[in-house]
Amino acid sequence: MTIRLGGIIFGLVLCGILVLWSMVPGIFNYATPEKPDYYAFQEENIQPAGGFAFDGPLGKWDYAQLQRGYQVYKEVCSACHSMKYVAFRNLEQLGYTEAEVRAEAATWSVPGIDPTTGEETTRPGEPTDQFPSPYPNEVAARIANNNALPPDLSLITKARKDGVNYVYSLMLGYNEPDPEDVAKSPDFETPSGLYFNEYFYNINIAMPPQLYPDLITYADGTEATPEQMAADIAAFLTWTAEPSLVQRKQTGWFVIGFLAFATFLAFMSYKQIWAGKKGKKKKA
Amino acid sequence: MADASGVATAPDSSETADNSEEGVRRRDWIHIAAISTAGVGGAAVVFPLVAQMAPTADVLAASTTLVDVSSVEPGQAIKDVFRGQPLFVKRLTPEEIAAAKADDGANMRDPATLEERLGEGNEDILITLGVCTHLGCVPLGAGEGENKGEFNGYFCPCHGSHYDVAGRIRKGPAPTNLAVPEYSFQSDTVIRVG
Amino acid sequence: MSFAWAKQYEPKTAFTQWMDEKLPLPRMIYNAVGAGYPVPRNLNYMWNFGVLAGFFLMVQIVTGVILAMHYASNTEVAFAQVEHIMRNVNWGWALRYAHANGASFFFIVIYLHIFRGLYYSSYKAPREMIWLLGVVIFLLMMATAFMGYVLPWGQMSFWGAKVITGLFGAIPLVGEPLQVWLVGGYAPNDSTLNRFFSLHFLLPFVIAGVVILHIWALHIPGSSNPTGVEVKKESDTVPFHPYYTAKDGWFLGLVLIVFSLFVFFAPNVLGHPDNYIEANPLSTPANIVPEWYFLPFYAILRAFTGDLTIPFTGIVLIEAKLLGVIAMFGSILVWFILPWLDKSPVRSGSYRPLFQKFFWVLVVTMLVLTYCGGAPAAEPYVLISQIATFYYFLHFLVILPIISQIEVPKPLPFSITEAVLGSDDKHGGSSGGGENPGKVVKPLPEDPDGSLQPAE
Repeated sequence: MTIRLGGIIFGLVLCGILVLWSMVPGIFNYATPEKPDYYAFQEENIQPAGGFAFDGPLGKWDYAQLQRGYQVYKEVCSACHSMKYVAFRNLEQLGYTEAEVRAEAATWSVPGIDPTTGEETTRPGEPTDQFPSPYPNEVAARIANNNALPPDLSLITKARKDGVNYVYSLMLGYNEPDPEDVAKSPDFETPSGLYFNEYFYNINIAMPPQLYPDLITYADGTEATPEQMAADIAAFLTWTAEPSLVQRKQTGWFVIGFLAFATFLAFMSYKQIWAGKKGKKKKA
Repeated sequence: MADASGVATAPDSSETADNSEEGVRRRDWIHIAAISTAGVGGAAVVFPLVAQMAPTADVLAASTTLVDVSSVEPGQAIKDVFRGQPLFVKRLTPEEIAAAKADDGANMRDPATLEERLGEGNEDILITLGVCTHLGCVPLGAGEGENKGEFNGYFCPCHGSHYDVAGRIRKGPAPTNLAVPEYSFQSDTVIRVG
Repeated sequence: MSFAWAKQYEPKTAFTQWMDEKLPLPRMIYNAVGAGYPVPRNLNYMWNFGVLAGFFLMVQIVTGVILAMHYASNTEVAFAQVEHIMRNVNWGWALRYAHANGASFFFIVIYLHIFRGLYYSSYKAPREMIWLLGVVIFLLMMATAFMGYVLPWGQMSFWGAKVITGLFGAIPLVGEPLQVWLVGGYAPNDSTLNRFFSLHFLLPFVIAGVVILHIWALHIPGSSNPTGVEVKKESDTVPFHPYYTAKDGWFLGLVLIVFSLFVFFAPNVLGHPDNYIEANPLSTPANIVPEWYFLPFYAILRAFTGDLTIPFTGIVLIEAKLLGVIAMFGSILVWFILPWLDKSPVRSGSYRPLFQKFFWVLVVTMLVLTYCGGAPAAEPYVLISQIATFYYFLHFLVILPIISQIEVPKPLPFSITEAVLGSDDKHGGSSGGGENPGKVVKPLPEDPDGSLQPAE
C-alpha cells in the first residue's frame, strides 16, 4: 500500500517538475517585460453633474429629458446611426399621445413596396414600424463613412461598459491630446479621417465631433449646450436599450418587500420548530 | 419551499420546550402564516409565467393597411392582409345593392341593413375580414369564379356557411356576419383600414 | 432504505390509501424529503445548498421552457428574437433576466455545495457514489451553461463558442475533424446554433435525472454531518420534515432576496457588455471572457504557455495547447478519484487541523484563478495562474494523500448527540431530546467508530 502510494506520488512529482519546466519561458518573459508605449485611453468616464434621473434603485425616467434626447437622436444621430430594435409605437412610453406618435412616425420614411408596381420604394412611417436605417446595408454605410460602420444605437448603453456615462463622455471627449502624454508616446498620431477622442478605446474615432452650442433648438426651450445635448442623448439611449428599466426597479421593490416579509415568517416558523432541538452550542 | 413534502404536519409537540396551550396556538399561527405567504408568493410567480403567452406588444400594436380601390370594377373583389388576417374589399354592382337592400328586412341570424354594413358616405364598397365567424376558415367568393354560395355572396367550404352579398350570415353554422373592420377613406380611391 | 426508527408513511384517507396501493408516490416523497427521512440534527447552513441547487434547477427549467416559446435558433434572427423577448413579450425582461442570473446563482449554490463536500469530506465512503454523480451533474451543468450562453448570438456567444470548440482541435489526430464535426462547419454557424439550442433544451432534463440518482444514492447511507461521526441512534437525527423543510424554507427566502437584487437592480453586472453586440464573425472582442463561473478553469487552460519538452533536448512531448486542454479537463476529472486520494479515517475538516489549512489555501487558489481567468492574457496574470494551477493539482494529487497519512486528528465527539448537547450516554441510553431509548441499535462489531449501517 505504502509502496504503491509512494510510487504514485513519485510519478506525479516527476510530472509536476516537467510541467513546471514548461512554464519557465513564461517566468522568464515576466522577469524581462516589454512595456508598450502608447497613449492610453481614458477608462474612467465623466458624468453630468447630479447624474441621471433613472440612476439608483429609486430612479425614474425624466420624460422631458427623454423627449429632448429623442430630438437629438432625430436631428443629429439618425443621419448615420440606425436604431432598429425600437419602434415608433414605443415613443408613447416617452409621454407622447397616440396621435402625436402617429404624426411623428409619418415624418420618417420607411422602406415599403409600391402596390401598383411591386417595386421597392419608401412610404411614411406607421407607429408599428421600427426606426429605419439610414443606409440600405453595411457596405453602403461603410462607403459613406470612410470605411467605418456607425453602430446601431438601440442597445449601445448596454453594449458598452458603464454605457450611459460612456455615451456622455464620448460626445464631449473631443479634447486636445495631453502634451505630456503625447511626449511619452512616440507613435502618437491621429490618422487623417479620424478624430482624437480620449474616451474611445483606441483614442482615434471615425465619428467627427457632433455637438456644438445651439446645434438644435429644443422644443421645450432648454438651452442646447453640448453638455445638455450629451446628457439628453445618453438618457434617451438608456431608454432605448432598456425600456423596462424603471418598471423593473419598481417591481424589484415590491418583490423584495414581499420576500422579506415571507422570509421573516418562515424564519419565525423555523425557530418555533427547532425550539428544544438546539443544544448548547459546542465548538465543532 | 417549506411545504415541499406536501405533508404539513406540525412538529411533534413533545419535542418543543413550550408545551402550554397558548404556546401551541401561537406556534400553529406562525406556521400557517408562513406557509400561506409562501403560497401567495408562488401564485404571484405564476402570473408572469401565464401572462407571457398573451399576445406580445408588437402583435397588439394596431397596424393599418392601405387599400387602393381605384382599379376594382363593380362585381370584383380584392384580397389584402389586415393584422395578419385576410381582408375582402368588394365593389358591389347596382343589382347586388338592390338585392341586398331587398333582403334588409329578411329573417337573419345577425340582422343588419346594407347601409349599416357599408357605413356612412360609402355607396358600394364592402370591406370585411375574410374570416368565417364559425371556426375561422377563409370563405370563398372573393376570387374570380369562386363558389359564392346560395346567397351570391361568400361561401365557407369548411362547414357550409352561406353569406349574402353584404357578408351577412344567411345559412349554415356561423353565428355572426363577417366582421367589418374600422376604416376610413383617405382619398376617393385609397381606404385606410385600422 | 432508512434507519430503523424512521417514521413510516401512514395513509390517512381512503384516497391516499388507494393511491399508496396503486402508485406509492406520496410514500416515496415522504421517505425522500418528508418525515420519513431521518437527518443528522447538527447540520449547519452549508447543508442548505443541495436543496437550493434543486430549486435553481427548477427555476432554470421553468424560465427556460418559457423563453424557448419566444426564441428562434436562427443566426439571422436569434439576436433580434432575444430583444423581442426583452421588449415585446409580457414580462419577457423578467423571465430572461431570471434565466440569465439564475444560471449564475445555480453555479454559486453548486460551488458552495461542492466546497461543503470538500471541507467535510462528504466524498468519503460510504458516500463515494453521491460524490461521483455530483461531478457528473457539474460537468453536465457546465456543458448546458456554455451552450445556453451561445443562444443570444452576441459577440461573446459567438467567440466563446469558437474558442471552446477550438479546444477540441488540440486533440492529436482526430482534433480538427472532431472540431468541424462538433460545430458543423469551420466557424459557428446556423447548424451550431440549432444543435446547441436542441442540446441546451435537452441537458437540463438529463441533469434532473442524474439529480434523482444523486438523491437516491444519498438516501442509502443518509446525510453526512459537520462532525463526520456517523449516525448511531435516534437522538442523533431529526425527521427531514418539518425540521429541515423549515430550515431550507426560510434560507431559500433569504437567497431569493439576494437573487432578486440581481434580477431587478443589477441584471447585467454578471454578464458582459459585448454580448449586447450582435455576433460578428469578422471582429473578435478585445478580451474574450467566459461567464464568471468558468473563469477558474479558463485560467487553468491559459496557464500553459509553453510546450512540455524533455529538458535540454528540445523534444516536444505535448504541445502547450493540448497541455492546457488536458489540464482544464483534468482539473475536474481529478474529482472523480478524490474519494481514493484522501484516505484519512476522519471525515470532517473541523477535526483535521492540517487538512483545514490546506483546504483554505485551495479556496484562495480558486479565487485567484477566478480573478486571473477574467484578466487579460498578460503578465503578471499568466504567471500567477501558473502558480495557482500548480497548487491546484498539487493539492489534490500530492498534499491530500500525504496529509491523510501524517495528520493527527483532533478527538472526535462520541456521537452527534454529544456534539449538540455536550453529553451523551455512551452505553446506549438516551439523554438527548427525550427520544425513545428502546430504539437504539447496537453498533455492528466490525465497525471501528461504532457507526450504524442503516437498514434497507
